[in-house]
Amino acid sequence: MMRPTAPDDAPPLRHLLTTDGLSRPQIVSILDLAESFLPVGERAVKKVPLLRGKTVVNLFFEPSTRTRMTFELAAKRLSADVLNLEVGTSSTRKGETLLDTLQNLEAMQMDMLVVRHAESGAADFFARHAAPHVSVLNAGDGRHAHPTQALLDMFTIRRHKRDFTELSVAIVGDVAHSRVARSQIHALRILGVPDIRVVAPRTLLPTAIESLGVRVFTRLEPALRDCDVVIALRLQRERMQGTQLPSESEYFRHYGLNPARLALARPDAIVMHPGPINRNVEIASAVADGPQSVILEQVTNGIAVRMAVMAQVLGRAPARSDAA
Amino acid sequence: MTALTITGGRIIDPANAVDAQQDLHLLDGRVLALGPAPEGFVPEQRLDVSGQWVLPGLIDLCARPVPDLPRELRAAAAGGVTSLCVPPEINPCIDTPAVAERLLEQVRRAGSARVHPIGALTRALAGEQLAELAALQEAGCVAVSPGADTIADSRTLRQALAYAASHDLLVMLSPRDPWLHRHGCAHEGATSTRLGLPAIPGIAESIGLARDLALVELTGVRAHFCRISSALSLPLLQQARAHGLPVTADVAVHHLHLCDTDLAAFDTLCRVDPPLRGAADRDALREAIDQRTIDALCSDHHPLGADAKRMPFPQAAPGMAGVETLLPLSLAAVRDGRMSLERAIASLTIEPAQILGLPLGTLAPGAAADLCIVDPEQCWTPDATTLISGGHNTPFLGRSLRGRVTHTLLGGRIVHQLDAHTRQAP
Repeated sequence: MMRPTAPDDAPPLRHLLTTDGLSRPQIVSILDLAESFLPVGERAVKKVPLLRGKTVVNLFFEPSTRTRMTFELAAKRLSADVLNLEVGTSSTRKGETLLDTLQNLEAMQMDMLVVRHAESGAADFFARHAAPHVSVLNAGDGRHAHPTQALLDMFTIRRHKRDFTELSVAIVGDVAHSRVARSQIHALRILGVPDIRVVAPRTLLPTAIESLGVRVFTRLEPALRDCDVVIALRLQRERMQGTQLPSESEYFRHYGLNPARLALARPDAIVMHPGPINRNVEIASAVADGPQSVILEQVTNGIAVRMAVMAQVLGRAPARSDAA
Repeated sequence: MTALTITGGRIIDPANAVDAQQDLHLLDGRVLALGPAPEGFVPEQRLDVSGQWVLPGLIDLCARPVPDLPRELRAAAAGGVTSLCVPPEINPCIDTPAVAERLLEQVRRAGSARVHPIGALTRALAGEQLAELAALQEAGCVAVSPGADTIADSRTLRQALAYAASHDLLVMLSPRDPWLHRHGCAHEGATSTRLGLPAIPGIAESIGLARDLALVELTGVRAHFCRISSALSLPLLQQARAHGLPVTADVAVHHLHLCDTDLAAFDTLCRVDPPLRGAADRDALREAIDQRTIDALCSDHHPLGADAKRMPFPQAAPGMAGVETLLPLSLAAVRDGRMSLERAIASLTIEPAQILGLPLGTLAPGAAADLCIVDPEQCWTPDATTLISGGHNTPFLGRSLRGRVTHTLLGGRIVHQLDAHTRQAP
């Protein structure tokens, strides 16, 4: 018998709302379980029966392709029934409150709600008001958190790097508006990464970002020096004009990740991006498609990690031998 | 003729530097005397309040008695508040004499507190056309205000202040830079960074205050600054005073107790405007009351239904119900040791009275017999059974508070008396 996936020091989660405050064993147990799910995607029959009879609702108030699809695939590979609901924020404004939406879905006997919303705190809101048997997974809320993205990033890093406690990680780009960056920073710290760097012009950094335990750089080159992991963040198009940045091209000239700059990092450094990428804005095609890029691997890993989170949260996490 | 003697209580009346156990004699709705009964005075009724404190009725510089005015005025009475200022940004906006008069008529019928409307400085608070300020004054407005959103256009504000000064009107201003303030919902700091909440920096207030002070100096208007929240504003206020500007300021009592870390779990009950600031701001504000940089404490009472707060934090309506917790929270700040009892009581009574230019907040012979009698040791828990206000939107809900108002008198009439058996409750 393999060891259980949720040992005593890592109580299973009811919800996953943020990586902030998770324990190292909690994260490690999710990553271990994800490892066992990875081969499922390579099999002819890509299904395990862990969540058979469970109903998972993907409730997306913001457009999303990849996150929604990988959540859907993860749930389907676990044999859950999946319902996708894409609600424009405008339609809830027309009348039905978030609470009404939640209660209607509960009336349909859902077991898990995967929610994405444009406002920070929306996932906490659903978790606070959810019926006791319903689990909430945060698929991104405003600028606050995107915990499954951060966990799949940790999973990807772990597959390439031996030891989190020896790593230098640089996060490049729009940290101010990024829920991904916040969740990554918490997860990296919890896993013991001693050197977390964020780099962007000051307009794209929150004032008190140092309080999260990172080093701040406003120039890219020194931030990349001897890094093991370089994470480029997506730059929203609407930020490229106006008061935060003068232009796309000026951003790319100073903060774009190109081969010459990547050469400042360690030779075995990996390049990550949560996607979708803006080619030649935050990352040059030569880097995105280059040998150090693990961007597509992140997508594949995302399915396994989301399977692991769903299996754990719905309390069906088996011994790893059963899953694999 | 109604004659009442209140015996056995500790009279605390900062306006007259009184703090002593004395009898208080009331006649025909006014204070007759303190101490021994005047010759020939025969009270029809005696009220023994041994062990309790007798204060002038509290004057709340900002409370919104909405949506149910009689109920909220009863809540005010239960909080020991006998006078409350209503800001213009209620619905309907207090921008015409008719609205002010109708409000005062409703208050007369309710009869459990005095209401002092604050008129709108501009029509519909749109920041464009002046409201009829003199007419609002004649209708009973004690002050005028551009509303919580201030007036962005400095030229318009300058004109409005100059016009208000011509009528010797007090202007109540919520200082803020509208652009720095507009899109935020939490104080800019470690908490807003962690939670990813759109933030309002402390300088949003101090930049607005610096502008407003310059316009006050230019126009000579009497100005009161409402709900100061940032420590950055305090030196500006001190400087203005040192230059002899006729300015005063208040702080909402929740800003003395809460700070941004209290919204760590996206607690929408902690969404207020201005936002809860940092711990250092909170501590500085407490000291500012003792140092007289801040003159008054207010509740900023804003009752909201549960739905208004059942939203993701940025979408939840700002505001906290507070008229019933104003006194216990003020007393808690005294016990925490940063403010003297005398200053706390003054900031709830004589100071706001003087800011408004009203002959209230004092127990001097001849003054209106507005009284707040409080059992300073009685603990109680604000909840659906103890609160009278329709708004239960306070993070102090369910938390034990010390200090409970037992009686409130308005013009010598008892408008609130705590139920005898409730008083026995632990």
